[in-house]
Amino acid sequence: MALQRILFGDNQFFGVNHMSEDKARAQAMKFNNTQSIMRVLDYAYESGIKVFMCTTYDQVGDIADIVRDNPDKYPDFEFYPCMPYAHKFANSLGEVGILETLKRFSPSSVMGTLIRGATSVITQDVEKVMQLLIDAELKQFRDVSTPVIFLQNVVTDLLLGLKFYDMLGAFHRYIRDKYKAEAGFITMNLPLLTKVLKEQGIENAIVCANINKIGFRMCGGIEEYRNVIQKGDFRVVAMSVLASGAIPPKEAIKWACELDGLHSIVFGASSPANIRNTRDLIASYWNL
Amino acid sequence: MIKLGLVGVGKMGISHLAILGAHPQVDVVAICDSATYITSVLRKHSGISTYKDFGTMLKECELDGLFIATPTSSHFDLAKTALENGLHLFVEKPLCLNAEQSEHLAKLAVEKHCVNQVGYHNRFIGTFREMQRLVQAGAIGDVYHVDGRAFGQVVIRPKPGLTWRSKKTEGGGCLHDYACHVLDLMNFVAGPPDDVISAQLQSIFSADIEDAVFATFRYPSGATGYLETNWSDESYRKMSTTITVFGTKGKLIADRQELRIYLRSGAEYGQYPAGWTIRYITDLQSPVNYYLRGEEYSAQIDSFVESIQARNFKPENSFASAAQTDRIIDQIAQMGKNS
Repeated sequence: MALQRILFGDNQFFGVNHMSEDKARAQAMKFNNTQSIMRVLDYAYESGIKVFMCTTYDQVGDIADIVRDNPDKYPDFEFYPCMPYAHKFANSLGEVGILETLKRFSPSSVMGTLIRGATSVITQDVEKVMQLLIDAELKQFRDVSTPVIFLQNVVTDLLLGLKFYDMLGAFHRYIRDKYKAEAGFITMNLPLLTKVLKEQGIENAIVCANINKIGFRMCGGIEEYRNVIQKGDFRVVAMSVLASGAIPPKEAIKWACELDGLHSIVFGASSPANIRNTRDLIASYWNL
Repeated sequence: MIKLGLVGVGKMGISHLAILGAHPQVDVVAICDSATYITSVLRKHSGISTYKDFGTMLKECELDGLFIATPTSSHFDLAKTALENGLHLFVEKPLCLNAEQSEHLAKLAVEKHCVNQVGYHNRFIGTFREMQRLVQAGAIGDVYHVDGRAFGQVVIRPKPGLTWRSKKTEGGGCLHDYACHVLDLMNFVAGPPDDVISAQLQSIFSADIEDAVFATFRYPSGATGYLETNWSDESYRKMSTTITVFGTKGKLIADRQELRIYLRSGAEYGQYPAGWTIRYITDLQSPVNYYLRGEEYSAQIDSFVESIQARNFKPENSFASAAQTDRIIDQIAQMGKNS
């Protein structure tokens, strides 16, 4: 299944706004139940955006249930899950430590056995631990379409910094072999990531990064990003194109759409007018 | 290349390790932690030498500097030994569990010509930096009140008490682990207060530690201050810190995303007109070479590395500055216990 070109994001539903805490809170109040989120998703779907790219919050499970239960209404709805929901893990690490956190987030008894058996087992088999955590996160998406599965930037970038390069390859393989899906990597360090993926022999991977006219959170600099996108060795998805509202929408989208080689754009919006306008703008620049 | 070691590979240690790993001028040559299930994973995947014993690591490795990210109760002994060995030092916050110890380390670091820095990363956030610049330049006139607040969902149910963070004696609790950030930011922006006037510590879900801290301050100028922190508020997705500074010519409100500036008529300052101006992190934050959880975590490490290269022994977040924060923490702890 091909990587779609216009993707619908989820920050607006879950109180995430990189520019204003007030705005984030107001959004969290507006979208306090699944129905209110579904109304917006329905509108995006009717506008022709078939992909919901979403963090693996617990609440996303309810959305997956609705899509699964209504195949006639959502015949080609796709989820691009982004895992893990990092705050859940970070809070738990502070609360109960690493071993208990691993147990808490993997209902599988295998994890318990791994941990109880001997801590050396975890050491020998970090890859197995990763697989159990992936399975736990993806459980809520059973029987819905998830053609692309992303690793969140906090984990991608952590693995990059720790130089656990082999784990990036392990994620890529596991998603392909077990879920028959494509792995994607979200990052704040696109030039570094693509260099490492190449060295690891991961060709034509899907990568997603902040890409905006003002260079906000584009580590390595806007020119390096331009080079990666232009070369075409990776399928690049642009996020934060509007830099959380720091750039006027039309100007922001025109700039991104004119980047030579950019594959896709993910954006979030909550009003029907904004969804429609943004989608139409991208479609017109890209002749979709 | 600067050769660094790291002690303590918990949440903060791992984060520092990743940022250091991506730093072009740094070579992490040794890691020390008592949890062998972590060190052996790190050894296997990153090839760095690992140690269970701190003394052995110091003996066997040639280091220029050290990161300490262990529970707070162990900071003093580890830092003292490291300084006596002439190592530049980055220590997680707060520096120590009492201000005398912190002051002792601050003095020792200067004597030994060691760069000394504490992980109060909020000082490297663009909004708070611009706020500090404006206050120090007198843009809002004489400061008469400073208000610092932080809320978040760290402890939202009775804790099983499995880590040091739920034990008072090891440095757990909202005061040492959370409010310290706000106190340090208030010091950064307005200078330290003379006195703590009142303080209350409140346990909400925890048994051994407080989950909320309330305190009032008096500054040398006669200005007043108020602190309110609560880490048991689930309505916040993550830690949210806001500092408000009231001055005779205007007012500033900053969080990690935006800075709101109000200047009275006739008090225009530089690019800021009278009335409200809002500036966002998107234009206030300098870029970093590698991003993990926020620019500030990388920026503080860049600053530490630059200080080592420039032999700057009084960097931002020096031990001396962290000791001022610990002094206030001590007073709040004392007064809060008695209230």
